[in-house]
Amino acid sequence: MPYWLVYEMISPEPQHLWLMIVALAATAYLFKMFGLIVLGSQQLPKVFDRCLGLIPAALLAALVAKDTFSIGQTLLIDARVAGFTVAVIAAWRRAPLIVVVVLAAGATALVRAL
Amino acid sequence: MKRFFAPLTDPIVRRVVVASLTLGGAVGVFALSFGVASVSAGASVWQTCALSFFVFTGASQFSAMSVVGAGGSLVAAFGGAALLAARNFVYGLALSSSAKSMAGSLPRRIFAAHFVIDETTALALAQESPRLRKIAFWTTGIGLFTFWNLGTLIGALAGNAIDPQKFGLDIAFPAAFIVMLLPHLRTKLGRQAAALGGALCLISISFLPIGIPILIAACAVLVGLRND
Repeated sequence: MPYWLVYEMISPEPQHLWLMIVALAATAYLFKMFGLIVLGSQQLPKVFDRCLGLIPAALLAALVAKDTFSIGQTLLIDARVAGFTVAVIAAWRRAPLIVVVVLAAGATALVRAL
Repeated sequence: MKRFFAPLTDPIVRRVVVASLTLGGAVGVFALSFGVASVSAGASVWQTCALSFFVFTGASQFSAMSVVGAGGSLVAAFGGAALLAARNFVYGLALSSSAKSMAGSLPRRIFAAHFVIDETTALALAQESPRLRKIAFWTTGIGLFTFWNLGTLIGALAGNAIDPQKFGLDIAFPAAFIVMLLPHLRTKLGRQAAALGGALCLISISFLPIGIPILIAACAVLVGLRND
């Protein structure tokens, strides 16, 4: 692999985000296409199916944890915890997404301004 | 044109179409928050719109930009997003038996594949007849694609115009993730995977490169090896 490509992948510049976008678009499409067209109506082993189905639960929880309790590689508790708490309550009460985001952002901004 | 709208006189078809378009509208609001969050994470308006147009699978787009925004490498951002996109493969399998009746010829099925996501799968599989399944798949797919991209563009333009930190918009990512996560917590396995995934991420965050803890968290799916 050319060295500039390795360098870009490790410390991206904004315009090189395009590299990732193209790769992700291709990958996402191939996943969709493989199931729908290539493999057709083959049955997957149950276990495999179950594990694939658990990916969103595991990764979304990890993303919530990362976005609420860390900046870069530092763990910390700041104003975002207020937004997080409000978001959990609002989502739990089945508020629509826009309400959840607005309430959470409001709580975060408020605590930050105090 | 008249022939195109003729099926709408059938109340059952109308119900399916209304359900699909309502869902599309709701998803458009989700796209608004993606647009705002993505530009505040450092993507340009064009890049944000390209993600929605070409990647077109919500959780992956959010995940990729969340890692990029935190300063992670492109490989880490790509890895997490690709893992989240893998479930579309399962949806494709589920839809494949009706693919011929929904989309017809191979070129059309190749086009249809772009629309194989959570919502189209759920609505298409909920229908009894092949005809309704076809209507549900295409109205949901095209309606949602339109709203998703429109919402992204408006959100990205709005996000570009304000200071995201000041308005607390850095919470937009986790708030959206919480909303997406909730339906997965209904089963015991889902709750275990989520708890383990969150814990693995927090434990590894301080000593692994940014974004890698998200990949480590994927090991939590192994709780699915155990029982039903």
